[in-house]
Amino acid sequence: MANVFTSIGDWVTERAPGMMPMYRKHMTEYYAPKNFNLWYYFGSLALLVLVNQIVTGIFLTMNYNPSAAGAFASVEYIMRDVEWGWLIRYMHSTGASLFFVVVFLHMFRGIMYGSYKKPRELVWLLGMLIFLVLMAEAFMGYVLPWGNMSFWGAKVIISLFGTIPYIGDALVEWIMGDFLPADATLNRFFALHVVALPLVLLLLVVLHLAALHEVGSNNPDGVEIKKGPKGNRWDATKPTDGIPFHPYYTVKDLVGVGFFLLIAAFIIFFAPTLGGWFLEHDNFIPANNLATPLHIKPVWYFTPFYAIVRMIPSFLGSAVWGVIAMFGAIAVLFLLPWLDRGKVKSVRYRGTGFKVALGLFVVSYIMLGAVGAGVTAEVIPAWFGDVDVTFWENLFGRVMTLIYFGFFAFLWAYTYYGWEKTKPVPERVTTHD
Amino acid sequence: MTKRQLLMKRYIFPVALAFGLVVGGAPAQAAEGGGLPHAGTNVQDQASLQRGAKLFFNYCVGCHSLKYMRYERIASDLGLTEQDVMQNLNFTGAKFGETVVSHMPEADATKWFGKAPPDLSLEVRAKGADWVYAYLNSFYLDPNRPVGWNNTVFPNASMPFPLWELQGLQTAVMTEAKPGEDARVEKLVLSQPGKLTPAQFQQASRDLTTFLEYASEPAALQRHHYGVWVLLFLAFLTFLLAMLKKEYWKDVH
Amino acid sequence: MANEVVDHGRRRFLTATTSVVGGIGIVAAAVPFIKSWEPSARAKAAGAPVTQSLAKIEAGQMLTVSWRSLPVFVLNRTKAQLATLPMVDSRLVDPKSDGGSADQQPKYAQNEARSIKPEWLVVIGICTHLGCVPDFVPEIKPEPFDPDWKGGFYCPCHKSRYDLAGRVYAGVPAPKNLPVPPYHFIDDSTIQIGVDPKEAG
Repeated sequence: MANVFTSIGDWVTERAPGMMPMYRKHMTEYYAPKNFNLWYYFGSLALLVLVNQIVTGIFLTMNYNPSAAGAFASVEYIMRDVEWGWLIRYMHSTGASLFFVVVFLHMFRGIMYGSYKKPRELVWLLGMLIFLVLMAEAFMGYVLPWGNMSFWGAKVIISLFGTIPYIGDALVEWIMGDFLPADATLNRFFALHVVALPLVLLLLVVLHLAALHEVGSNNPDGVEIKKGPKGNRWDATKPTDGIPFHPYYTVKDLVGVGFFLLIAAFIIFFAPTLGGWFLEHDNFIPANNLATPLHIKPVWYFTPFYAIVRMIPSFLGSAVWGVIAMFGAIAVLFLLPWLDRGKVKSVRYRGTGFKVALGLFVVSYIMLGAVGAGVTAEVIPAWFGDVDVTFWENLFGRVMTLIYFGFFAFLWAYTYYGWEKTKPVPERVTTHD
Repeated sequence: MTKRQLLMKRYIFPVALAFGLVVGGAPAQAAEGGGLPHAGTNVQDQASLQRGAKLFFNYCVGCHSLKYMRYERIASDLGLTEQDVMQNLNFTGAKFGETVVSHMPEADATKWFGKAPPDLSLEVRAKGADWVYAYLNSFYLDPNRPVGWNNTVFPNASMPFPLWELQGLQTAVMTEAKPGEDARVEKLVLSQPGKLTPAQFQQASRDLTTFLEYASEPAALQRHHYGVWVLLFLAFLTFLLAMLKKEYWKDVH
Repeated sequence: MANEVVDHGRRRFLTATTSVVGGIGIVAAAVPFIKSWEPSARAKAAGAPVTQSLAKIEAGQMLTVSWRSLPVFVLNRTKAQLATLPMVDSRLVDPKSDGGSADQQPKYAQNEARSIKPEWLVVIGICTHLGCVPDFVPEIKPEPFDPDWKGGFYCPCHKSRYDLAGRVYAGVPAPKNLPVPPYHFIDDSTIQIGVDPKEAG
């Protein structure tokens, strides 16, 4: 039996150009640093979630009806009448949120260990493009069930473009193809969500991985294993501190997959709405263009950026500033490789200033999320009683916005003017053995 | 080993903290349901579901539909036979495989109540079980309202209270109106007892809420049933994968 | 690198075990996706048994009933029409419905009239050739497509002919007799299509 498989495999590889070299290059002969820690699971997990989204998404389109009149009912049809439809839908909706969980952690890892620095700037830029496309993909997918939050979320997000001077109003109508989010909007979002953006996303993921494997992975010590000593038990010319991705990191990543699936399955089977965070209560009400939900807010992964829009007041007769700030909050991440001029990559050997700034940055991001999700609007009166909630919420949110942008400004000054006092970086990776 | 433990501590603590923040800060619904009594529903309780279904089809379906819920599904999920459902629950003449549609013409409903009674298929998912349970317990007589009823959970609700013969009639005790502020409902008192005692009525309204919770997501029954096995399987698989990883990583020094 | 010895046996055992368990997991995960293609509750409800009153179908008349989106012909045959059945036997592919058309009807309709009660014919009006709906041509008179026509069904697509029991003529494209759906009589003047007499009890 094993022989049959081997000979079929040989038959194919002899005829398929480049398959074996490709496999070797990216799996058995891709030497990754041996000191990866917990933070290095999230790349492979993101890939796993992407596959999940594509497979479950394809099956959802088989029963989903992209029309304003039929969308909501077709989702309930999937949830009730299609055999196992509920599982497929929960896998997709939970996967969407978990996609952002792993991507956020993956990005944080990159910032923490300086993975965006030379020679990996392109890896970072491609990753940021993935993040951008993923946000568009998630937003359009969120509109498809055509619940009341879908409708009003679509309306508010599209209206952001309306703040652009001169062309704003025309642009908004062009995006919607109507004067409100309607059939035309839903249909084009459906086409983009299921065909166009997934194609772009897949292409970017391939490029992201290709770019990574060209320069090699960073690691928690931020040292370049290619510059270290050569020769290991698999190959005399390869870095001593590198190990073949396959089998070592495939088996290790699979352990991460196991734990991840446990968490995902727990949510899917026991808390698919996750208390209103993953599937919102108001989205179980059909779209109603006459009644805005009481708590209009985007789904959790957009709330930090949404909070920034809300925190910037309009002036000079225009509300465009908040929108600029929001897009700026994303754009500034693209610039990270050039803002941070420090030579030391990993947080382990960087100056205290960086550690404190990074901590504050994370806190500001989470707190902006809390502001955007309306948590602060409820916590402030609960903790402090009869106070001016809007005033304190705005003050808090603006301080957090300042910290968010302050991180980047500080990082530039800190490294440009040489204020950073780094620790000596070891020659080789530190292994705990 | 101690270094590794130190590392674990370094990572586990922030992860736990983040998780705590999310769970602790899950007020999206909790706050909307702020101050509401706990409904105490359990969709696994088949007897409660059956009693709730009976209440729904005797008191609610006259006006409210469950347009995504099929009679056949109710029968199989609630452990009832086709005969049970068709004779005791289905009073509209719908077929067994059809969905639960109310008899009331929308135009009449709009005329009588000001708006058509909403479909209740997703009521609990949209509002929460606690809200529905509280709503059912909070009707009181209010001569100022067109249909004579009001509700403390949903002020100025346009619905008359169909369960009054079970609960009895509640009236409101108002606070004294202060200058610049209207009188508020201080509490509700049972001015005329119904067929059920207050405890019995709370159970009945809990049963009805349970049934509506089930109708909001019939898949919940399957979820819980399969979920346990999926988790056990994944735990076993993860254990094997961890063993495999450990074995291979003996090579790495 | 002192203890370099790799326990290949253990490694192979663990690889095989995790592969098998993981494989079981993948197969189990595929099941819901495959099952999601089965008829949904809505399709099943639409395909539920159909009850039809026969009271208003007079002798010689036919009614088309929709069952699972299929046209079911319910024909009240006259004595004269029933008398034509043996006359055409020699011109049919499978007059007794026990050859190639043995599966085209339930056992209780495997007789010359292909029915439970001789006068009531219940067949699915889908030509066994390529799925067109045949026309009902009841008159016993010469037709352009058959000078010796005894009444029956004529498919406009490829000229297949069936007699008044839905039996296919020889020499036409259609290979089999028209299928008889499961059905039973609730009472003398009501049938239910989709349920066997046995299931109905």
